[in-house]
Amino acid sequence: MTAAPSFFENPSPPGLTGIKSWLLTHDHKRLGLMYMWAILFWFVLAMFLGLLLRTELMSQGRTIMSAEAYNSMFTLHGVIMVFLFVIPGIPAIFGNFFLPIQLGTDDVFFPRLNLFSWYLFMLGGLFAVVSLFLGEGFPDTGWTFYVPFSVGTESNVSLTVTAAFILGMSSMLTGLNFVTTFHRMRHPDMGLMQIPLFTWSLYATAWVQILATPVISITFVLIMLERFLGIGLFEPDKGGDPLLYQHLFWMYSHPAVYIMILPGMGVISEVIPVFSRKSIFGYKAIVWSSMAIAIAGSLVWAHHMYTSGMSDVSVFVFSLLTFLVAIPSAVKVFSWVSTMYKGAIAMSPPLLLSLCFIYLFSVGGLTGLVLGAAGTNIHVHDTHFVVGHFHFVMFGGTGFAFFAALHFWWPKMFGVMYRFRPAYIGAVLTAVGFVFHYVPMLILGLQGMPRRYYDYLPQYETGNFLAGFGGYLLIAGMVIMFVNLFVSLRNPRMAPADPWGGTTLEWTIPSPPPMENFVETPVIPDFPYDFRKFMAGGKGGGKGR
Amino acid sequence: MSSRRDTLGLRIGMWLFLYSEIILFGGLFVLYAVYYHNFPDFFVAGGRELNRIIGALNTVVLLVSSFTVAASITAIQREKPRQAAGFLLFSLGCGLIFLVNKYFEWGAKIHHDIYPNSPTMQDAEPGLNIFFSLYYVITGLHGLHVIIGMVLLSVSLVLVLRGRVNAGRFTMLENSGLYWHLVDLIWIFVFPMFYLVL
Repeated sequence: MTAAPSFFENPSPPGLTGIKSWLLTHDHKRLGLMYMWAILFWFVLAMFLGLLLRTELMSQGRTIMSAEAYNSMFTLHGVIMVFLFVIPGIPAIFGNFFLPIQLGTDDVFFPRLNLFSWYLFMLGGLFAVVSLFLGEGFPDTGWTFYVPFSVGTESNVSLTVTAAFILGMSSMLTGLNFVTTFHRMRHPDMGLMQIPLFTWSLYATAWVQILATPVISITFVLIMLERFLGIGLFEPDKGGDPLLYQHLFWMYSHPAVYIMILPGMGVISEVIPVFSRKSIFGYKAIVWSSMAIAIAGSLVWAHHMYTSGMSDVSVFVFSLLTFLVAIPSAVKVFSWVSTMYKGAIAMSPPLLLSLCFIYLFSVGGLTGLVLGAAGTNIHVHDTHFVVGHFHFVMFGGTGFAFFAALHFWWPKMFGVMYRFRPAYIGAVLTAVGFVFHYVPMLILGLQGMPRRYYDYLPQYETGNFLAGFGGYLLIAGMVIMFVNLFVSLRNPRMAPADPWGGTTLEWTIPSPPPMENFVETPVIPDFPYDFRKFMAGGKGGGKGR
Repeated sequence: MSSRRDTLGLRIGMWLFLYSEIILFGGLFVLYAVYYHNFPDFFVAGGRELNRIIGALNTVVLLVSSFTVAASITAIQREKPRQAAGFLLFSLGCGLIFLVNKYFEWGAKIHHDIYPNSPTMQDAEPGLNIFFSLYYVITGLHGLHVIIGMVLLSVSLVLVLRGRVNAGRFTMLENSGLYWHLVDLIWIFVFPMFYLVL
């Protein structure tokens, strides 16, 4: 491998220096890193807001904040986590960085549009910050902005909704860019069934981003028109129907949870075969399940509304469709586990985090079925059970996949290797803290504690105290994990081009990659997960493709 | 990045963007469908209040402008930039006529105290209020798209005059044209929904 200068030393377009070489860059890798710093900032902020919320709930009555502050804070936590961390997290950082490389090309199709999307993302974040300090303060509506409250409340809903509108635009343009890149920039030798699974999952996600996001955009526009002009489309006095708001909102926001989880599943599909030294089990099944989740997941939105007053027929149909989504999700879980069966497993921090993902995501998925079934849903609707469920999926799922991706691709992105021991300790602490934090919420929900309430009855105190305690463990684990990663940048230990024995194209180029990704034309393997070259003369498990 | 120029890819990107625009309006059409189901009689009554002549005129204007945009692309392909510029100028004129008509239409309605949250509308039957709210939201958003389309066509016009859009390289004009056709297409649905509702 020739020693080409990495993308850190070689700006694109050429000639730009210093800060300009970042702020005006067209390089997908630099943009991926720029997204990373912005998204990590939001993640850490929202994480500590969450910790404050759980601290407030650790004992009955007022602990550290007023009820109004509590309402604004859980809204802020939700808005930041959803729109500024979980939705953009994996696609904007790792998708931007690795999708072109895995496709064997030098950039995304629309590099300037990519830069524009980053600016939209930053502008959306700026609006969210500004809405904290202007007017009557941050919304207290929850991230769902349900009418009529979001229209009636004095708080700064309009600005926050504008922020979400802009962020949606950014996410949609990224999706548009990925779909076009996938079709037009793929290496000519790479057939559809030779594409790495992470890229496949981004492709499925990108379609959802393109097709679902405009619905939330128009819904947010309608909220603003309702607030400024009083058009009455959601107001019963004027003939409107508030339930329609919920339909429009979830028509995007349910597919959005698949925008959140599909790229995470893609990461796991990359990590598991590498550390099992064995071809992924059911490559085609995983590809199809990604597309099936994207399609079926777009047809289940009203399962958020069983208690809102829909017809029994609707409840039945949406419940049935919801159960269908479980099938492709389970196909993936079984494929990952089957990949490990009889593999030559090498433990590493990314693998440990991926195993945590499989376990926590499975719990999240199964509690989702409890909620998807209309009968049980009526009992636990809007309780802490829901809070526990979606944190298992969004945090235990996407969050852990995000950590796994960070640990998996960190050596590739920065060319440095981190220390394993703190990474293991951090990962275990995070997982244990996670279980302590969210399992009590599932139990509290089954006992009947509603979500989003500032205070609760005495019988719920033990559970809430335990959950808060788990929250501190969880955050301690994450701090160890992140500090360990950042320390690796200060005292660099150089990472080789392929530290893990990966077989997809990003491992064939130097770490960090050169500006044009491939100095020589890449050779596309017949199958992206062929580990025979690593197993030659090795011990068993090499029978896979 | 490199010197390659993949016009098919550029068009795919535009088509994906157009899908997203259709879904943006799709959300509003869903609202229309539900409320039409709830208040069919008021929608008929509201439709009678609108001026079908102006509506039909605007439809013709947009259809003609769509034709001239397509004609300007053909003219560019035949290496006749002045002709192409003429067609584009004509299309922009049509867009302007559409907006002026819309202005008078809205102006007359507002003059008669028909606009969201107006005293008349607050006392009116809920169905009628919903009809006119949808009318303002949908035609307003469509009008905004007409303006965006005109900006795109103007940019293409400047590029045609400077020779940057030419027979070998006219994706910008083609994509602006696609956008303009979308604006036209959406109007084709909006017109019967409000003006011809029976």
